[in-house]
Order: sequence, then structure tokens, then C-alpha cells
Amino acid sequence: MRQFARPSILVALAICILLPLVLPNNFMLDIAIRAALTAIAVVGLNLLMGFAGQVSIGHAAFVAIGSYGTGIITARLNWPPLLALAVAAAGAALVAYLVAKPILRLKGHMLTMATLGFGVIVNIALVNEVAWTGGPDGMSVVPLSIGTFELTSIMHWYVLAAALLVLSMVLSLNLYESPAGRAMRGLNSSEVAARAMGVDVATAKSRAFVASAIFATVSGSFSAHYLGFISPSISGFTHSVELATMVVVGGMASTFGAVLGAILLTVLPQLLGGLHGYESVFFGLILMLTMIFLPKGLVPSIALLVSRRRRS
Amino acid sequence: MSDLSQFVFSGLTTGSIYALAALGFTLIYNASGVINFAQGDFLMLGGMITSASLAMGLPMPVAIVAALAITTLIGVLLYQLAIRPAGETSVVSLIIITIGASTFIQGAVQILLGKNQFTLPSFSGDASLQLLGAYVLPQSLWVIGVGTVLVVACALFFHFTLLGKALLAVAANRLAAQAVGINSGRILRLSFGLSALIGAVAGIVAAPITTTTYDLGLMLGLKGFVAATLGGLNSGVGAVLGGLLVGLLEALVAGYISSAYKDAVPFVLIIFVLLVLPNGLLGAKSTERV
Repeated sequence: MRQFARPSILVALAICILLPLVLPNNFMLDIAIRAALTAIAVVGLNLLMGFAGQVSIGHAAFVAIGSYGTGIITARLNWPPLLALAVAAAGAALVAYLVAKPILRLKGHMLTMATLGFGVIVNIALVNEVAWTGGPDGMSVVPLSIGTFELTSIMHWYVLAAALLVLSMVLSLNLYESPAGRAMRGLNSSEVAARAMGVDVATAKSRAFVASAIFATVSGSFSAHYLGFISPSISGFTHSVELATMVVVGGMASTFGAVLGAILLTVLPQLLGGLHGYESVFFGLILMLTMIFLPKGLVPSIALLVSRRRRS
Repeated sequence: MSDLSQFVFSGLTTGSIYALAALGFTLIYNASGVINFAQGDFLMLGGMITSASLAMGLPMPVAIVAALAITTLIGVLLYQLAIRPAGETSVVSLIIITIGASTFIQGAVQILLGKNQFTLPSFSGDASLQLLGAYVLPQSLWVIGVGTVLVVACALFFHFTLLGKALLAVAANRLAAQAVGINSGRILRLSFGLSALIGAVAGIVAAPITTTTYDLGLMLGLKGFVAATLGGLNSGVGAVLGGLLVGLLEALVAGYISSAYKDAVPFVLIIFVLLVLPNGLLGAKSTERV
């Protein structure tokens, strides 16, 4: 955990602590919590897209597995939420591993299509298994309690969401510099070169996929407890594209970029007064424009600009 | 027995639709190496624009021509405005661009035409015919017939026209094709327009059976891709075989196991096939060059 000391994490921590003092009301605090919880999934997706160079457009399915996993286990088995969360995350990790193993030996677009198919299947299951999931009407989820402590106020939630986000950033940054992370990044620049250096390509990719699935389920579980209600639309294609857009806009392979992307694309629509049916056009357009005009994404492009200015 | 032949006929019908979607995939993939995630949306556009034009009171032939023209234009614009400006980027970037395009097209259609289902009247009535103990809608024969014509037309185009051969040349080696004077930009634009056109035709003949909504392209695109992959991605005949196979399996699963989960068929199928036949049914073995 030596990365806790890195300055950028300290800055992030400081922002998290100061933010509630600046935010004028509970409405803004609510948006901040949503953004932070979403950002956890985006940081995870960045491990796959940014580090391992694989695109997933079915990641909302893992978010949904987290949400419905805890929702169903806490309601049916009366298990404590954190245990339910761990079970859901383990289940998603297993599914991700089983899906990834055969597909990741193949070219990039195969995993993308497979994740799309996986998302479709999860969506069908959530809509059809009415006895478990409540079908298209969705289901309610019990409030979160940790031990005997129940999170009741919005401030509790803010602290939890911020802590989880910082923790996931630390994990992601640590991974970035670990041998496993280097192997993953190697894939992104040249798969052949990575293979020649002795990187087990399929294993490195499937690790990234499994890790990103766990991040997504954790995000989904906590969001479900926070919102108190879930419906099959969380597993939908639009939601998956939203997550991918956040990674791309912030900057692939940048942990801070992922967080920035998640915050920007959660806050902007709220400030615009909601998208009201224009979500797909909005996210589709941003995705295309970023890829064409700013293919590296916001944070890496800004970093490049700064380092250039320093040099001259 | 009549159950079986009923399932086979409905499988062949949906299979023909998937085959046409797959053909569009292979066309663009061959010419540019891009997997076009918006391919399914071309089918959706064909069906939706025709239905919407009919609802506006235009006669059927005009509606069809309008749908074909608009969809082809959108295909060309996709290349011109999104793929070409991105220049020589990674395949991942190009994939992301087509995902963005697909989402954008769906969103735009949803705003312009609404979320409702559109249905197109069948081309030649709804009285079903009896064929080998199965009831067959005349529209199914339209789908299968138009599918066959398009596949043959594509084969002729590639083998007997200069333009078709130029397209194959760009696919084989873009640099070498440019060296012998082929304008590769024009060819790529052509391949996007052509696959949009094929998608639109498929979408229109399929619309009376599938009914169209703004998000129809997602499912059709996914199944078309599975079909194309089954067939090996670089083979037109393979794409058609793959499409028919996906359609047949899906109809059998829907008939004998569960209709709610029939949409899971292509996904399960693709994992199994990729495990056993990584190059598809008819795909050439390929090695990656460094």
C-alpha cells in the first residue's frame, strides 16, 4: 500500500474531504455520491479498456449482477449486505473468468461482441425471472448496514462512497505499476512484442477482465443499497455504453481520467436538467467526437500539454 | 414431423435475415478491417424509414426507395464523417467509433420516430401457404428470395466487375492497391455505402415479420456478427451459411426448449464454435504479421 503516499492520491483525498463543505445542498451531495459509486465501475472498466486494450460493451451486466446479487441475497436469505456483496462479486468474477477464458485467445472484437451478447442475456434473464427479480418492474433493496451500524444520513453515504472510490483508485494505481499491470499495458501497445517478452497474453487479459468485473459488481451492489430500488435497465446496452464513454472521455489507461470521465458525464447531464430521452444521442456523439478529435482522452492529453510546455 | 418442418421454415426465414446482416459485416471487414457495430442499425433504418414514410402517406415503392437512399447515405456519412477523420488509428478506436455511431443512430431514431413498434404490411398478403406440412407466410418466401438474389448479386459484383475486383484488391493489401492506381478512399466509402444498402434491403423485407423498433439493430447486429464469425468473417458464402445456421438453431431452441431464451443461442454458439473452430466454418487460416 505504499501508493497511499503518492501525491495525486493525497490530492484526491483532500478533494473528497473538502467537497462536502463546498457543495451547497443535499441534491448536489446526492449527485456526488452517484458519481463516486459510478466511478468505481469506470476505474475497473479502465483496467480492461485502458490497460489491456479490450473493449467491453456489456459491463452494465456486471453492475447488474452486483445490484441484483445483493438485492436478492439480502431479501431472500437475510444475509448481511457485505456478505451478500462478497458472494455477488465472487460469482461475477467466476462468470467473467469462464467467459474470458475461451474468448480472449482471439482478436479484440470477439470479446467486444461477446460482452454485448453477455449483456443481452443478463438483461433477458432479469426481465424473465420474475419470481426472483420482480421482472420489468424491478425490486426494492434494503438499506445498507455494516455490522449493527445502519447508514441512514446522506453524509454517511458520502463518506463511504468517497472512501470506496479512493480505495479503488489506489488499487488501480498499484496494479498499474505491478508486474501484472505492466504485462497488461504491454498488450495495449503491442501484443506481439508482449508475447515475445514472455507475457502470457490470454492470462493477462483474463485477469484484467475478472478484475474489472469485480469493480463493476462492487459499484452495483453499493449503488443498489444507496438507491433502494433496481430495475433491469441497469443491465441495458445504453448503460454499458455510458460506462465505456466515461473511460474513453477521461482517457484510456489513466485512473484519474476514468474518475474524471465518470464525474463529468454524471454531473453534466444533471446540470443540463436531465437528458430526457436524449441519452443515446448524447453519449454516442461524445464517444465519436472524443475518438476522432481527442483519441487519448482528457487527462492524458492535458498531461501531454503540460509536459510539452515545461520542456519549451 | 410437421412441428419440425415448421421450425425449420421459420429458422430459414430468420436465418436469411441474419445472413444478410452477416454479409454487410464481411463486406466492411474485408475492405477496411473494421467490425462495424452499426451494421444492425442499417437494417433497423431500412425498416423504420419505410414504415414511417408509409405512415406519412407515401406510396410503398417511394417509401422503399427513400429508405434505401437515406440508409445508404448514412452508411457513406458514417465513413466520411467518423471513420475517415480518425485516420490511421487502432482497431479498438475504430470499434469504439462504430459503437458511438450505433448508439447515436438509435438515439436519433428514438427521438425522431418514437419508441413505438412499427409494422410494415406484408408484400403479398398474409394468407399462409402450406409447404411440406408447414404453414409458411408469403413474406418468408420474400425474405429467402431477396436474400438469395442479393448473395448472388454480391458474388457477381466481386467476380465480374472492375469495381468489385478493386474492392477485393484494397481488402487484400491497401498499399499495393493504391500503387496500381486504385483510389482506396473511394473504395472504402463504397464498401460502407454498399453494406448499408444491403442492410436496408434486408431490414425492409424483414420488417413485416420482425416489426421494427429503434433498438432492433442491436439484436440483429449481434446475430449477424455471430453468423459472420461462424462463416469465418472473410467469406461471403460462409456468412450466408452462418446466418442460416444461427436462424435454424434459434428456431429449434425456441420451439423445443424456451422461447424467452432463444436470444441466448448465438452467444452460447459463438463461444463453442470459437473454441473448436477459431477460423470459422469457411474462413482461411490466418497468421498475424508483425
